[in-house]
Amino acid sequence: MVRPLGFLVGLGFIAALVFAILTTPLTNEPNASHEFHKHPKHLKLASDGLMPHWDKAQLQRGLQVYKEVCSACHSLHLVAFRDIGDLGYTEGQVKTFAKGFQVPSVNPDTGEPATRDGLPSDYFPGPYANEVAARAANNNALPPDLSLITKAREGGKDYVYSLLTGFQNPPANLPKELRPGTGLHFNPYFANLNLAMAPPLTKGQVTFADGSPNTVEAMAKDVSAFLVWTAEPKLVKRVQVGWAALIFLLIFTGLTYMSYRNIWADKKH
Amino acid sequence: MSFPWAKNYEPQQPLMKWLDEKLPLPRLVYNAIGAGYPVPRNLNYFWNFGVLAGVALVIQIVTGIVLAMHYAANAGVAFNSVEHIMRDVNAGWFIRYAHMNGASMFFIVVYLHIFRGLYYGSYKAPREMVWLLGVVIFLLMMATAFMGYVLPWGQMSFWGAQVITGFFSAIPAVGDPIRVWLLGGFAPDNAALNRFFSLHYLLPFVIAGVIILHIWALHIPGSSNPTGIEVKDEQDTVPFHPYYTAKDGFGVGVFLLLFVTLTFFSPNLLGHADNYIAANPLSTPAHIVPEWYFWPFYAILRAFTFNFLWIDAKLWGVLAMFAAIALLFFLPWLDSSPVKSSNYRPLNRIFFWVLVADVFILGWCGKSPAEQPYVLLSQLGAAYYFAHFLIILPIISRIERPLPMPNSITEAVLAKHADAPSAATA
Amino acid sequence: MASETDTTAGIEDGVRRRDFINIAAVSFAGVGAAAVVLPLVNQMNPSADVLAQSTTEIDISAIQPGQAIKTSWRKQPVFVRNLVPAEIAAAKKVPLSDLRDPQTIDERTKPGKENWLITLGVCTHLGCVPLGAAEGENRGDFGGYFCPCHGSHYDTAARIRKGPAPKNLVVPPYEFNSDTVVTIG
Repeated sequence: MVRPLGFLVGLGFIAALVFAILTTPLTNEPNASHEFHKHPKHLKLASDGLMPHWDKAQLQRGLQVYKEVCSACHSLHLVAFRDIGDLGYTEGQVKTFAKGFQVPSVNPDTGEPATRDGLPSDYFPGPYANEVAARAANNNALPPDLSLITKAREGGKDYVYSLLTGFQNPPANLPKELRPGTGLHFNPYFANLNLAMAPPLTKGQVTFADGSPNTVEAMAKDVSAFLVWTAEPKLVKRVQVGWAALIFLLIFTGLTYMSYRNIWADKKH
Repeated sequence: MSFPWAKNYEPQQPLMKWLDEKLPLPRLVYNAIGAGYPVPRNLNYFWNFGVLAGVALVIQIVTGIVLAMHYAANAGVAFNSVEHIMRDVNAGWFIRYAHMNGASMFFIVVYLHIFRGLYYGSYKAPREMVWLLGVVIFLLMMATAFMGYVLPWGQMSFWGAQVITGFFSAIPAVGDPIRVWLLGGFAPDNAALNRFFSLHYLLPFVIAGVIILHIWALHIPGSSNPTGIEVKDEQDTVPFHPYYTAKDGFGVGVFLLLFVTLTFFSPNLLGHADNYIAANPLSTPAHIVPEWYFWPFYAILRAFTFNFLWIDAKLWGVLAMFAAIALLFFLPWLDSSPVKSSNYRPLNRIFFWVLVADVFILGWCGKSPAEQPYVLLSQLGAAYYFAHFLIILPIISRIERPLPMPNSITEAVLAKHADAPSAATA
Repeated sequence: MASETDTTAGIEDGVRRRDFINIAAVSFAGVGAAAVVLPLVNQMNPSADVLAQSTTEIDISAIQPGQAIKTSWRKQPVFVRNLVPAEIAAAKKVPLSDLRDPQTIDERTKPGKENWLITLGVCTHLGCVPLGAAEGENRGDFGGYFCPCHGSHYDTAARIRKGPAPKNLVVPPYEFNSDTVVTIG
C-alpha cells in the first residue's frame, strides 16, 4: 500500500513543480541599482584576525568622534560609562566623563521628570526622548542605535567605514529614478544608494589631544574601531580563551586518538 | 535483548552489590553503553555521530539552563537581556555563543547521522522502530531550534516567527484561527515569546526521553554495521567498552575542536546580521532566511509558485515541506531491497550521492534570494527530492542486482586485511 | 637467552605505556570538564552591572535629630539615623559585658559625626527589615530597632540586645563627602 500511494503523492508534487517551472519566468526583474551599489572597502584594525588586540588610543579617539559628532543623532544605549574603563581610562576619568552627561531622573521633591549628572553605572543617554521625537527631528528617518551596528550590518566595520567615507556626487549615468530626492544623499555603499544621513564628518571637525590626524578618512577609521568595540567588548578575550581551548583540545584529541589505537591494537576491524 | 555472549554485570564491592539489588542502575548503564553491550567490530567513523548527537544535546541543555537564569522572556526586554548576557554576565558571552553554535553543531552531527542511516540502510528491518523514533527526534529538534531562534527577539527572530506560523494559515478554513491561537495574538508578541520560551525549555527533555526509546529500540537487534550483514557469532562483535568508548572519546575530541573553533573564532559565521537589530514589527528585513539547517526545506517551500489543481501555491509549498520530512516515516517500506548497505547496492549508491548533491543544491537555493536561477534550481531540486524517495527508491530496490556479499562481518574484516597485508600486521 | 628477556621487558613497557596514555586521556577529559564547570558556576556571581551599582550617594541634610530615613544600597535597605544626645548617652552607658556582640558606639560611627548612625536595615537573624526607622514604628525594648519577624531588639546604637539575632546591625563601609553628603560602598 505504501509504495503505490507514495508513487501517486510523488507524481502529484512533481506535476505541481513542472507547472511551476513552466509558468515562472526565467529572467529576473531588472534592478538598475545593483550596478551602482558597491561592496564595502576593507578596513584593517588591530582587533582583526587571529591575534587581535585593542588599539586603545584609537578607541579613545573613536569615542571622542562618537561623542562630538555621532551622538547628536545616534544613541548608544547598550554601553555604560563604566565600560569605557576598558579603553584605558582610570576610574576617576570615567567618573568625570560620566558627570559630563545629563541622564534622566526624577526630582526627589516634586516627582517631576528631571536630569542629574551621570554616574559610571549609567548608560549613554540617547539624543531623543523616544522614536517619535527622533523621526520628527530627522525628516521621518530614524537614526539607528550604534551599540551593535558593526554586528547588525552585512559587512560589519567595513560597511560602517565605507559608508562614512563614501558620500559623493551621483555618477553622471545614474538613472533619474535612482537620483537622490530632497533630504537624501548619494552613497554607493548604502543598499538603496540614497540615505537620509548627510555626510557626518568634515575635515578637522574633531581635535584630538594627541594630535592624531583628523581627516574624514582617519576619523571614520577611529569611530569604526570604536564601534567594533561597542558591539563586542569581549572580542579580544574571546579569541584569547579560544586559543587556550584549542591547544588544550588538540592535546586531548591526540591522546584520545592514541588511546583508541592502543585499545584496538589487537583487534582487526 | 542482547546476544548470548554479552558479558554479565558482576559487581565486586559490597556497596555495588547492594545497589544492584535495590536499584540496578549501574547494570543498566553497563548493558547499554558498557562492556555488556556487544557491538559489531567493523563500525567506521560514521557510527560516531549517534554518541556525538547525545553530547551535543547535553551541551545544549546545560548551556540553556544557565542562559535561562539570565534571559527575560518579555518582548520589551528580551533583546536587551541577551545583550546583558553578552556584556555583563560573568562568562555570559561564552555560554551564549556556545549555545548558539551548539545548535548548529547538533544539526551537523544529526544530518551526518541521518545520511549514514540512508547510505547503510539502517532504517530497514529489524530496525524500523529505531528509524521512526529518530525521525520523531529530528522533528522535535526542528521545533526546538525554531523556537530558540525566536527568543533573542531580533529582526530575524520576529520575522521567522511571523513566517513559520504563517505556514499554518495555509490550511483551508481553519488556518487563520490556528495561527492566531498559536501566537496568542495577531502578530508575534509577548504571548508568543513566552510560550516559545516555555516550550523551548521543555522540548529538549522530551527529546532526551525519545532518545532513550531510540537507544532501547536499537539494543533489541543491536547496532547495524557497514556491511549490513547481521551479527552471527561472538567474533563478529567487541564489547562497547572499552572499544567504542575509546573511539567515541576520539570522536568527541574532533567534535569539540570544530565546536571551539566556531564558538571562539567565528561565532557569528552561521548567524545573520539582522538578528542584532531588535525586533521591529513595522519593518521587514530585505532578505529573510532561516538558519542554515532549514535551508533545504525552505527551498522546497518556495519552489511551489503555481496554483495547481484546486490547491493554491502557498498550500502546495507548505504541504511539500511537511511531506519532505513526513516521507521519512515511510522510508522502511518504500525501499524493499533486502540488502542494507549501499556498498553492495551499485544503483542505490549512485542515487544516494545524487540525493546528497540535491540537498546541498536545495540548501544553497534556500539561502539565496527568490530570484532566478535559484527558483528554477529549487524547483528541479524539489522534484528530484520527491522522485528519489517516492519513485526511484521503490523501483531500484526491485530491479537492482546486489554485488556479492561476504558471509559474515568477520569474513568481511579479514578479507579487507588480506587485501592490505601491511595493515594486517600493524 | 638475552633476546627472550628483552622481549618480555618490551611487552611490559608496552603495557605500561598503553595504560599511561589511557590514564592521560581520561585525566585530560577531567581537567577539561573542570575548566568548563568553572564559568558555568561563576555566571551565578553578580554581573558587571550589578557590581557597578556598589556605591550610593545620599543627602542627609534633611534628617532632623531623632529622625531616621530608609534608603537603599546594593538593593538592601539602609537606615540613616540622626541620634539625639540622650540616645548616644544611653548607648555609652551600657557595659560591653552586657552585649552579645560587644562594640562601642564610637566603633559604629565616624569620629566627629557620632550622631550619624548608618546601618543596614537587615536583621542579622534571618534578614527581615527591622521596624523603627519610620516615624511611629515600634522601636523595641531598647529604643533602637525591633525586628517583627522573630522578635529581635536592637538598642540606640543598633546593637543586638534581646531575641534570636546573633550580631549587631551591620555598619556598611561609608564616607562623609561633606557635612551633608555620604557615600556608601
